[in-house]
This record gives sequence, structure tokens and C-alpha cells, in this order.
Amino acid sequence: MHTDTAHDVKKEVKGYIIVFVSLMALTLITVAVKYLHLKLAEAIVVALVIATFKASLVASYFMHLISERKLIYTILAFTVIFFAGLVILLLSGYHNTQTGIKFVS
Amino acid sequence: MEIIPYTVEERPETGLFNAKLGVWLFLASEVMLFGALFSSYILLRVSAPAWPEGASLLSVPIGTFNTIVLITSSVTMVMAWASLKEKNLKRFRFFIGSTVLLGLTFLLIKLFVEYHAKFEHHNFPSKSTFLAIYFTLTGLHGIHVLGGVILNSYFWGPGSKMFLDQPERFTNRIEVAGLYWHFVDLVWIFLFPVLYLL
Repeated sequence: MHTDTAHDVKKEVKGYIIVFVSLMALTLITVAVKYLHLKLAEAIVVALVIATFKASLVASYFMHLISERKLIYTILAFTVIFFAGLVILLLSGYHNTQTGIKFVS
Repeated sequence: MEIIPYTVEERPETGLFNAKLGVWLFLASEVMLFGALFSSYILLRVSAPAWPEGASLLSVPIGTFNTIVLITSSVTMVMAWASLKEKNLKRFRFFIGSTVLLGLTFLLIKLFVEYHAKFEHHNFPSKSTFLAIYFTLTGLHGIHVLGGVILNSYFWGPGSKMFLDQPERFTNRIEVAGLYWHFVDLVWIFLFPVLYLL
């Protein structure tokens, strides 16, 4: 929950600076990894893992999600399910082409 | 003047002030919007016979610089909110002003450096699938950045008058605007490696 005392806000500000420095470092690491010339699959995994961690820092500390109400978590859980469903359904449709179907184009 | 309820005090049923619930619902819809485009990118790339390396068409140093600009603007945005929690309007205007300037920097670099360079070399969206999805994703993201810049400019300017007679309500407005701005930064955190580094 959001704090009201000046001391608590100062403590939060300290946290914001730490997160900012972490995000800068992770950005530079993301770019540096590119020059390791990993195989594509490995590069995708590494890039997305770092991006997800960066996003979780922004969401948890800048968006205060780490101390948010249960209702917000519930809304976001539905969002994650729908987004995952979207990607999974699209990719499974791409990979599961049936034989014997006439394609017009 | 009629007072709109639950702009400051939390609604008992939700435990939140109304605008916060509203903005999180809005952001959930935005996740689906960008999610649909990211899914399109995945499908286009997977089904393409060949796909260019992002760095061969896009400038990694410029993309990295823009990423740093946007992350910094996220920090200044949350510092603007923290300044209001400490009842410091002057510091708030410094930080929200910085957020606006950083957002404008991002947009100007995107438009006049990156897009301009593309168009100069006749690299239009119609030229290839990569460029089509690149311009769609970054263009839509850029429109969101522009919206945030306009909103934050209002809060830096005439909007900040509300702090004088309704400080908590104005602080909550900035919190909600901050949630939107952090989301815009979040989208770029994924866009940058996907388009520039892979």
C-alpha cells in the first residue's frame, strides 16, 4: 500500500533509484548478449528472460504492483491467461495444418 | 460543485479509488492490443522463408539510447508522484517536466532520426514484412508515447492547479497517469530486444 509519511516516501525513493540502476545495467547486458552471437533460439530465450525481469521490476516497484490489492492481481491474472491463450492458439493453429484440406491461396 | 465520489477515499467494495481500478482495466486491454501485434510478429517471423537480423536494418546504438531515455522517464514519472506525496509542488513540476522532455526526446529521435533514415533509403513499410511489422509496432507505441506526453504536459501546466485545493485527488491523478506511462515503457522493454537485437 502507498505510504504517507515523509520518511516512508524517502525509503521508496531510495528503492526507485536502485531499480533505475538495475534497469540500466540490464539494458546494457541485453545489448552485450547480442554480441555473443548465440544461436537464434538461445538468443530469443535470453533476451526475453532479461526483458521479463526488467518488466517485472517496472511493474513491481514503479507501478507499485508488489503492494497492490488482490483485485488488481485478479484482473492481471485474467490478462495473462487471455494473452497466453492468444499466443498458444495462434501457434498451435500454425503448426496443426490438416492433410486433405483444399487451400485456395 | 458536485463531488465525484471515491477519487481519494477507497471504495469499500474494491479497496481502491475508482481511477486506479479503471486504469488497470484499461492497461489490461492495452496488453491485448500489443499482445495481438506481438503474436502477429511471431507468426510472420515463424512462417517467413527468411527474416533479416534486426541490427542489419536498425541502429542498435540509437535503440539503446532511446531505451535509456524511456526508462529514465519512468523514474522521473514516479519521482513526480513521490514529490506530491511529500507535498512538494515545485519538485513535482521539475520531475513531470523532465518526463515530458524525455518523452519528446524519444519521439523526436524515433521520427527524425530513425524513421527519416528509413524513408531516405526508401525503406517503407510496404518494402518487406519486417519493415511492415516494425513500423506498425513502433508506430502504435509512438502514438501511445505522444498521448502520454500530451497528458503529462497538461499536468505540468494548467492541470497542476488542482493541487492547491485538492492535493490528494491530484496526487492520485498523477499516480494513474504514471501507471499508463510505466506501461508504455514496459512495452518498449519488450519491443527493443525483439526488433533490434534478434
